[in-house]
Amino acid sequence: MTHPSDTGPAPVLALRDVSKSFGAVRALRDVSLELFPGEVHALAGENGAGKSTLIKTLAGVHRPDAGQVLLDGEPVVFHGPGDARDAGIAVIYQEPTLFPDLSIAENIFMGRQPRRALGRIDHKATHSVTADLMRRLGVDLDPDRPARGLSIADQQIVEIAKALSFDARVLIMDEPTAALTGSEVARLFGVVRALREEGAAVLFISHRLEEIFQICRRVTTLRDGAWISSELLDGMTEDDLVRRMVGRDLDELYPKQEVTPGEVALSVRRLTREGVFTDVSFEVRRGEIVGLAGLVGAGRTEVARAVFGVDRWDAGEVEVDGQALVNGAPSTAMAAGLALVPEDRRAQGLVMDMSIERNIGLTGLRTTVKAGLVDRGAERSRSLDWAVRLQVKYARIADAVGTLSGGNQQKVVLAKWLATGPKVLIVDEPTRGIDVGTKAEVHRLLSQLAADGVAVLMISSDLPEVLGMADRVLVMHEGRLTAEIPRAEATEETVMAAATGRAAA
Amino acid sequence: MADSSLSRAVRWDTVVGALLVVVLLLSFGFVDGFGNSLNLSFLIGNTLPIALIALPMTLLVVAGEIDLSVASTAGLSGAVMGALWNQGMTIETIIPICLVLGVLCGLVNGLLVTRLGLPSLAVTIGTMAAYRGIAQIVLGSDAVTDFPSQYLDFAAGRIGDTFVPYALLPFLVLLAIAVVALHATPFGRALFAIGASEEAARFAGIRVKRQKLLLFVLTGLLSSLTGIFWALHYASARYDNATGLELSVVAAVLLGGIDFDGGKGTLGGAVAGVFLLGALQNVMSLQDVSAQSQIVVTGVLLVLSVLGPRVARQIAVARAGRRAAAPPPLPKTPAPTS
Repeated sequence: MTHPSDTGPAPVLALRDVSKSFGAVRALRDVSLELFPGEVHALAGENGAGKSTLIKTLAGVHRPDAGQVLLDGEPVVFHGPGDARDAGIAVIYQEPTLFPDLSIAENIFMGRQPRRALGRIDHKATHSVTADLMRRLGVDLDPDRPARGLSIADQQIVEIAKALSFDARVLIMDEPTAALTGSEVARLFGVVRALREEGAAVLFISHRLEEIFQICRRVTTLRDGAWISSELLDGMTEDDLVRRMVGRDLDELYPKQEVTPGEVALSVRRLTREGVFTDVSFEVRRGEIVGLAGLVGAGRTEVARAVFGVDRWDAGEVEVDGQALVNGAPSTAMAAGLALVPEDRRAQGLVMDMSIERNIGLTGLRTTVKAGLVDRGAERSRSLDWAVRLQVKYARIADAVGTLSGGNQQKVVLAKWLATGPKVLIVDEPTRGIDVGTKAEVHRLLSQLAADGVAVLMISSDLPEVLGMADRVLVMHEGRLTAEIPRAEATEETVMAAATGRAAA
Repeated sequence: MADSSLSRAVRWDTVVGALLVVVLLLSFGFVDGFGNSLNLSFLIGNTLPIALIALPMTLLVVAGEIDLSVASTAGLSGAVMGALWNQGMTIETIIPICLVLGVLCGLVNGLLVTRLGLPSLAVTIGTMAAYRGIAQIVLGSDAVTDFPSQYLDFAAGRIGDTFVPYALLPFLVLLAIAVVALHATPFGRALFAIGASEEAARFAGIRVKRQKLLLFVLTGLLSSLTGIFWALHYASARYDNATGLELSVVAAVLLGGIDFDGGKGTLGGAVAGVFLLGALQNVMSLQDVSAQSQIVVTGVLLVLSVLGPRVARQIAVARAGRRAAAPPPLPKTPAPTS
């Protein structure tokens, strides 16, 4: 684990022994990092390891308490994001924020449009420059098309084009692939390679280890705010990297326990929501983990929403433990023993401004009641109990849940639902955007729940996760259930074939 | 830092409560005629209509909705009351009819908002005009004043020589119910969740639409109660009773620290806001400030009340910002050697 400063070109941008504290919390301790032109550099670490602080330091949002930021070998001080941008540093965030009603070209030149006489905006110039940028990136996007309706992947491309229009030499990509599909990731990587050929230095953050190995040459690992290593990825294995991030050998990532399935706990029969999904029938038994796979947009999440009652269904029926559920009524589904950990934890799973305690308490408003009033003592002990059981890392149970890291937020969502003692648990993308350590914990938890007799339906776009955890895999394609594959026969090939509609199930 | 959203709201509550005390002390000290019990009973009596409607309005705003038709509902209730009285009905029959009417007014608002998914601001601006128009159709430009004296005495009178109007007592009961409902029941807890994130509330099994509908109905009911009180208190039922009262109610509620975006605030703050506004209006009247100028002051207060909590919050965030900017790396589970 040495500093690779002996290689050819000098670093464009570097951090040397940078420390940054927030109050008593040391977010970064003596962290060093060197970004070289024409190279993609991975930043690895669990949630809370200090990656965000490091990015914000590079982007001029934070100023280091100690240590230096070096631009072309010279110490610089960024007084704000504007300084960093002027120095050629651009950050592409996971979820870009474009003006939906403006065109792609207008978004790229927002606030600095090329002008003609009398201050009129030169639309021809913005169009042609944008078209050039798209060509450089090898992407086919119409500069005049409005940003509204662009996929997240396309929005990121627009942000990258915007960065190029500022002549950015350093691109920081903060989990750009978290919300992308497989083919979108491939296209993004094409763009990243093009940038690399042009001599840009790229800092790439992702929780998907295989992506790091695919696109990056060098990796810097952080753990608990401390610099662990900077090294070439060549010759490293995923296990090596995980060990550096976590600081210990990871127990098996997919700790699946063998369970003999019990009686049917969730029964979905001929469920149809017009234009969304059609004639979906399946059962989940006690002790089983059933994976629900399929491409994004195949209707998996929509089925889960309808089963739980957030959306209505047009035909069919749903039973939990033999009890028929009422169409469009989450409260009765809850009462019957159904729990749904939704896909979007920030918008659907949690009230971000509310405390951890009260978020977990939301599912107990009907049960932790004394004489018609909220029993605060019972609410607190229920919340504390589950927060501790799931090892949520928090300072105080009364802190807003928005202050937690993504993995810990997800644990709060799980806590909130496990506290209801569900018979059937539906989890929708339970480990999206959370670090490997927490991911393994979530898997262990799901496995344990199944062993305790809970019926688990797991929707996931993470194929290794589905294959590693599920007793059976259901596959959806264009709103229909196209295959049911037992664990022994489930492979990436069989699942993908059914998900893309290539196999007649 | 306790529940951060709460502590911020509490801080603003304290500010408004302190302001109320300061205004009261200054008025006792420097405004002629303020401190005598007759004036104080006027102050309270004139503020009660705002206070009554502020109770359900607080709950509505916490849940992320608003009702601007409240004053028109009050006016309509008064007008119907006057018209039916002219027809020779007994007041004991009229009052229940008016209350049912208020429930219907609220139901219309609530159904338009929850069933059709229309924004409550737009819906209730519409019904504000509609209800007032119906009031005018019902009563024309008449003023009905000859209600039975025991009712007029109750609505305008005070207990002996004290400053306490009779009507304050039922209000205090309603206030206690509202405080408990908002801050101690599952219903109220759910309102905060709905206001902060309606989608997350729905995914937690909270019956969002049903709760909102109930709030609109309650608002209609209390608005009509206010309309009845208004007509008796001022011994005059006219179609334009309580015109513009919604401005005072909304100003007072926001002044009390209820976040216009929903999800934050306390009823204590809202009531402090109501009486702060009431005291200011009383002082202005004593100082012969014209009614028009008083409306200007109310409007300015409305703007300040939206601004105030935000500025306070920004200061709090700036102070806590360093801590909030990065979630602290908390003690990890004990890690064996790598």
